[in-house]
Amino acid sequence: MNPQGERWTAEQVLALAPDAASRTAGGRLAAAAPWSGAGARDGGVWGLCAGSGSTPYRTVVDLDGPGYQCSCPSRKFPCKHALGLLLLWASGSGEVPDGGEPPEWAGDWLTERRRRAAGGPGLRAAPGPAGNGDAEAGHGDAEAGRRRPGGGADPEAVRHRAERRARRIAAGASELERRLTDLLRDGLAAADRAGFGAWDETAARMIDAQAPGLEARVRELAAIPSSGAGWPSRLLEECALAHLLDQGFLHIDTLSEELAATTRARIGVTLPVAELLASAEPVRDRWLVLGRQDGTDGRLTTRRVWLRGEHTGRMALLLSFGAGGQSPEPALPTGLRLDADLVYYPSARPLRAALAERHPTPADAGSEGLVPPGTGVETALAAYGEALARDPWLEGWPVVLAGVTPVPGTEDAGWQLADPATGLALPVDPRCAGRTDLWRLLATAGGGPVTVFGECGHRGFAPVTTWDPEPVPLTATATATTSQGGRR
Amino acid sequence: MTPRTAPPATHPAVSPDASWDDLVAAALLGTERRTPPVTPRPGQDAAAALLDAAALSTVRRRAGLRPAPARPAPAPAPADPRPALPPAARSRLTMLLADRSAPGRGSPRSAPDLAELLPQWLALANHHGYRAPDALLPALLDAARARTDLRPEALTLGGPRALWLARLNGEWKFALRGGAGRATLPPEDTGPAAGPGGDGRSDTQRLWEEGLFAERVSLLAAARHHDPAAGLALLSGTWATERAEDRLMFLDSLRDDLSPSDEPFLEQALADRSRNVRATAAELLSALPGSALAARMAGRTRGCVSLTGAGRIAVEAPGACDSAMQRDGIVTKPPSGRGERSWWLGQLVEATPLDRWTEWFGGLDAAAIVALPVADGWQADLHAAWCRAAVRQRSAEWSRALLGAPALPPSPGDAAPAAWRDPARLLSALPPEERAGWVAEFIASHGLSDAFRLLGVCAVPWAEPLGRAVVDALDIARDAGSYPWSFSGVMGLAERCLDPGQADRLEVLTAIPDEDEDTAPGAGGYWSEAFQRLVGTLRLRETIRAELTPPGP
Repeated sequence: MNPQGERWTAEQVLALAPDAASRTAGGRLAAAAPWSGAGARDGGVWGLCAGSGSTPYRTVVDLDGPGYQCSCPSRKFPCKHALGLLLLWASGSGEVPDGGEPPEWAGDWLTERRRRAAGGPGLRAAPGPAGNGDAEAGHGDAEAGRRRPGGGADPEAVRHRAERRARRIAAGASELERRLTDLLRDGLAAADRAGFGAWDETAARMIDAQAPGLEARVRELAAIPSSGAGWPSRLLEECALAHLLDQGFLHIDTLSEELAATTRARIGVTLPVAELLASAEPVRDRWLVLGRQDGTDGRLTTRRVWLRGEHTGRMALLLSFGAGGQSPEPALPTGLRLDADLVYYPSARPLRAALAERHPTPADAGSEGLVPPGTGVETALAAYGEALARDPWLEGWPVVLAGVTPVPGTEDAGWQLADPATGLALPVDPRCAGRTDLWRLLATAGGGPVTVFGECGHRGFAPVTTWDPEPVPLTATATATTSQGGRR
Repeated sequence: MTPRTAPPATHPAVSPDASWDDLVAAALLGTERRTPPVTPRPGQDAAAALLDAAALSTVRRRAGLRPAPARPAPAPAPADPRPALPPAARSRLTMLLADRSAPGRGSPRSAPDLAELLPQWLALANHHGYRAPDALLPALLDAARARTDLRPEALTLGGPRALWLARLNGEWKFALRGGAGRATLPPEDTGPAAGPGGDGRSDTQRLWEEGLFAERVSLLAAARHHDPAAGLALLSGTWATERAEDRLMFLDSLRDDLSPSDEPFLEQALADRSRNVRATAAELLSALPGSALAARMAGRTRGCVSLTGAGRIAVEAPGACDSAMQRDGIVTKPPSGRGERSWWLGQLVEATPLDRWTEWFGGLDAAAIVALPVADGWQADLHAAWCRAAVRQRSAEWSRALLGAPALPPSPGDAAPAAWRDPARLLSALPPEERAGWVAEFIASHGLSDAFRLLGVCAVPWAEPLGRAVVDALDIARDAGSYPWSFSGVMGLAERCLDPGQADRLEVLTAIPDEDEDTAPGAGGYWSEAFQRLVGTLRLRETIRAELTPPGP
């Protein structure tokens, strides 16, 4: 799986596609017909693709990164030509021969790109946008990324800005506290009648307060009364957790350093990635990519990639964003093992991390078993409980379950992952119904035990990947607008 | 998951006996109306204290969740011993199925239509005896659900696990209803020896007696293919207890491997309670030229049709349809607008073995007999009945004679030959090369406008000179200045059926020709796109074929 050496698999290439339409379009172009002058050498792949115009498009890909360049007018990134070219190359059918001399237009671009990469840490370090501790406040995160100050900012001004923002957030948290205590005083039954209007206004105030984490919570609170039976209990839970977050921020000076970091991250205060890389100790390991999930709200694609260190056994979550049809970076295909330095964002229960540096993979990589070791259902729940003790706002914790048999849902009971040995089962998170391919999981299992990676949380287990023994992804791109509770 | 039942840890703010339900009840009513079961800190109001207690309780309950009791899992899927697909073919199938679910939004008109290649892909994979990747079964079943033409091949590739899965999801019920692919016999079934059940029945027998209808249909087809007599024995064992519609389906499935040894069974079915079963049995018997039914029909026909001394065929249609004729499957009542007597004659001739005519008409061959004049305007009826007989009895000689020369123009004055009303079915009785040759010649003289159905019965990939004839005709159509979408049907067929080896020869047609005043505006560009797509599809088919190599030993 060495990105510099061997050919990639089609799966790896398709993982780069920004959306399903690009995947399909790229698949169509993965035939020799439109291509001419294609070749590959030293981690570069190039070719001319005949399109509808008279001049063919010039497509070149740098496998290191990867980076793409194409003369087509598409705003998708990578475009279908780059995907098609890579698929053709991956097929190994001889249409993209190795070792030729790149044409000038391709060679120049590759050389220039490598020169720049060598000059600065930028490309190899793959800087994602700065972020908070979880995806709960995706928007604020990406905005923070765009607003990231340049390198030479005056430290005094930076501190001043941070203080001003903290004051604003505190004002927002106080306002939300008033709103919540008013609600509890009048009774939740009134919330059912009040409708969305009142919450909308509060959400807008949280944006003003630069607290995207609180805004997301408020939007969820607004949706709960219409979420079906049992809503008062769920509403009280979420009100209480929002209250806990408000109180945490209002008393942040009394918290331990880690819990304060968790609180800030949950509020949506982001740590710029450059600062993170400079301040924290990297963790080097052989990281196995356990799964990937893309979510979109139409404007922004959020990609979550889960990793587990083979030596440390630590879980890590890489969060990245792509706007306007671009594929979020980095695109790490499930099943890949990468020797890399990760830096964890500070938290009471660190999970989110940034990819600091990838080391060249030794040649014997990928020879070991494909299916990662896993645990049973009780251990999975215990892992979530243990993590929750450190971070009370955690919705779920990544876990590899081994030896579980999927049990399909019935009219009055949801899906389960059952352990036939103990007679115990984890319910599948009911929100998976429309967005996770549970039937694919069932088909792969065939009524027998399988290994499943996913998030174990208080709603149940949300499967992401299973193995047959090749990794089988179970998640399609989730669209945020319809999910229960409006969580992003 | 269930909350842990252990006693909650005590906390100063919460009354030890306050349950989560008490907190929810207080929150619903509001702290104004009901004092919550919490003790506020000094200076703290009741609502904030309730939120404190609720937060503590929420996190505690979430952290203490226990697994739920497992419901029974479905019985394991039956094993499928067929080999797994090569990796490249597997990703190709993923792509073909993905294209179906996201139909080519914004894809150029010059790109291949992947969904149209799925049937070929499935047929080739089945030909090599691969099984579908488990993870792709849901997508495969969805595809088959949306497109009935995919079902036999898709369900064959899916095999036992696809049926297992379909039983668990109401959306895939269609898979259990019949026509479910081609089953293979249970692998252990080497003879009538006792199966693992120990009750003296073989696995085949058990599946036949207890299986779902779909499983039984495919089992019967597989058994018949393997050993027609054994398959028939299977069917006759339970025949009396089957429902009428099932009897009809089972009987129909005998068609493919019909043999003279089936005659006694079919004769018996002529007395079936169900009219449709009787009619199908008669039809099958008439396709067996040596059968007693065929002989009875021939006897009746002999009394109606004769060759006069003047070399004309004289026809005296039957005057009545007696009960013996009815028992042999003759339908008494004609469709509206047809005379009874010609209706009965047609059915008699259709069921009469064709080689009898040579015997009766002094050794003339089919071509000579077809050329004979027919008295009193009976030609159309007689020729139409011969056409049906040629199709049913799969007689190449008679099909050839009735089709005549493809270059023959449909004569304007005379009524068109009966064969030309549906030449596609007669063509099916000819050997593949001859079929391709006939259609090629037909296209060369008549163009593409009536060729669609004829091309549909030609073997894929099209043998030469057919491929060349189609390409030449398309080239001519382009030069004549028409738009390519007038030929989209034939173009689509060409993409799927032309020999991929033609791609290089077609490459020159993808160039955009100069426009002159005769051509429709912009047509050249559209033709170029259409040919690009044709070439692209052919290249893709070549790749697909290379990816789907036969499994190793």
